[in-house]
Amino acid sequence: MTTETVASSPEQGFSMSMRTRERILGIASPIVLLVVWEVAARLQIIDTRFFPAPSSVLTVLIEMLRSGELVTNTLVSLRRLALGAVIGGVPALILGIAMGLNRWVRAIFDPLVAATYPIPKSAILPLALLIFGLGEGSKIFMVAIGVFFPVVINSTTGVLEINRIYLDVGRNYKANRWNTFWTIALPGALPVIMTGFKLGIGIGLILIAIAEMIGAKSGLGYMIWTAWETFSVEQMYVGLFMIAIIGFVLTVLLNELERVIIPWKSA
Amino acid sequence: MSVSASNLRAVGEIADEKESHPQPWRPAIRIGNLQKIFGKLLAIDRVSVDIEPGEFFMIVGPSGCGKTTLLRILAGLETATAGTIEIDTPPGSQRPENSMVFQGESIFPWMTVWNNAAYGLRMRNAPANVIKDRVGHYLDATGLTRFADYYPHQLSGGMKQRVSIARAFANDPEILLMDEPFSALDAQNKLLLQEELLRIWDEQKKTVVFITHSVDEAVFLGDRIMVMTAQPGRVKSLVRVPLPRPRNIIEMQKAPEFGELVHRIWSGLRDEVQRAREQENMEAETDSKEQLP
Repeated sequence: MTTETVASSPEQGFSMSMRTRERILGIASPIVLLVVWEVAARLQIIDTRFFPAPSSVLTVLIEMLRSGELVTNTLVSLRRLALGAVIGGVPALILGIAMGLNRWVRAIFDPLVAATYPIPKSAILPLALLIFGLGEGSKIFMVAIGVFFPVVINSTTGVLEINRIYLDVGRNYKANRWNTFWTIALPGALPVIMTGFKLGIGIGLILIAIAEMIGAKSGLGYMIWTAWETFSVEQMYVGLFMIAIIGFVLTVLLNELERVIIPWKSA
Repeated sequence: MSVSASNLRAVGEIADEKESHPQPWRPAIRIGNLQKIFGKLLAIDRVSVDIEPGEFFMIVGPSGCGKTTLLRILAGLETATAGTIEIDTPPGSQRPENSMVFQGESIFPWMTVWNNAAYGLRMRNAPANVIKDRVGHYLDATGLTRFADYYPHQLSGGMKQRVSIARAFANDPEILLMDEPFSALDAQNKLLLQEELLRIWDEQKKTVVFITHSVDEAVFLGDRIMVMTAQPGRVKSLVRVPLPRPRNIIEMQKAPEFGELVHRIWSGLRDEVQRAREQENMEAETDSKEQLP
């Protein structure tokens, strides 16, 4: 008997057009800002020594693309970001879920996390340089540290916030530990974990820029720092734009990823 | 196989709480002197009852009488303070001992209808073709075949509860435990699901222990009704429902026996509901007194 009505699937009608509109607005707003900036620079409303017109920044950007300098530095930073995200994120995910599922694990690690979390991550940089030296290690470590905390905290919270009834179902239907993890704890906590991961990537991006400004010979942070030393303001803006674009693209990608791996999250 | 409570107590035969006639059957579930204490609160007090194989056994009682706790103990989700539970499992049976239909939303939001219904079978590594047959059968029986790939947030409350029922039946347990499965539904949906449940149950006539606070529901569905007292939960009476099966719930309401039964159970239950209410008032009073300076 199917006399009940079923809620329409999310890919339908009004809600879809609303979401499309939201996306268009999301893409349009930065473009509008750039146009306003360009106009203001050309009319000399703003000081172009500090705020060069986007078009002149674009010229430098194209030059730097031709020379390969920009691509190399961007790839170097992205690689550090990716490695750091994995090295920090995966243990954080496992530890966080373990903390959420097991009160003893939580009792052991919760004070440690709570005590180290408030330390500004940028303040750890000298220590990272001391331990890992000037090479890749210190940069990747900084990103890892930045990703670790939001992921571990959100994984714990995510698991603790899972409705108890789902764990009862798991017990009643004889799910073993492994299955409890894979079929209940992980998917149940996934929306909250994703939020933590997005937050972590944002922090990682901040930290990679800082880490590359000090004691690095490559990367976007290094590029921005050398621009300051040589007073090439356009190059500095190219670096800032690149970081902004990376941040923007990663946000879009992570949102898309979220839609794919969390299809049950009602739109 | 028997589930024994911690602090095992001898299974004592308590004459006044048992039916007087001798039992020709071997009980599917034998609950002996079951007791549950939460801190200082005596929730369940010496409940003893034998449930027949294939019986649709109903438990009614005022809220807070420990009926959900009793069911959770049967499900192995809670341990008894004292007393025994024996669940008769045929030798060599591969079936799980029990499966529960929970009160409220218990199907996983992150799984499709199909995967939810298949959950129990997957957890015990049933072969793929068995899973396909059983899940297919019970989704069909609950009218959910069309929605197999839907996620719960796309379904109405009634359909979610159907998934929960399909999940329990598909798991093919020795006994089915149901904790007020329809209490959150509107009257029309409740009626439809009650009839559906009876129809599905009729296929195999598994032993069912079903909790409800609705006397009507108890009489509609049950073979026997155990009325519980307000806290502490004791067995107040056991009432047999002599109405024939298969039952038509709409037709049943016209039968004079139905009215008499409901009336009889209600008059017994009313005192208990009244008592439960007085207890709540007293607790509220002591609470408010404690808050005074």
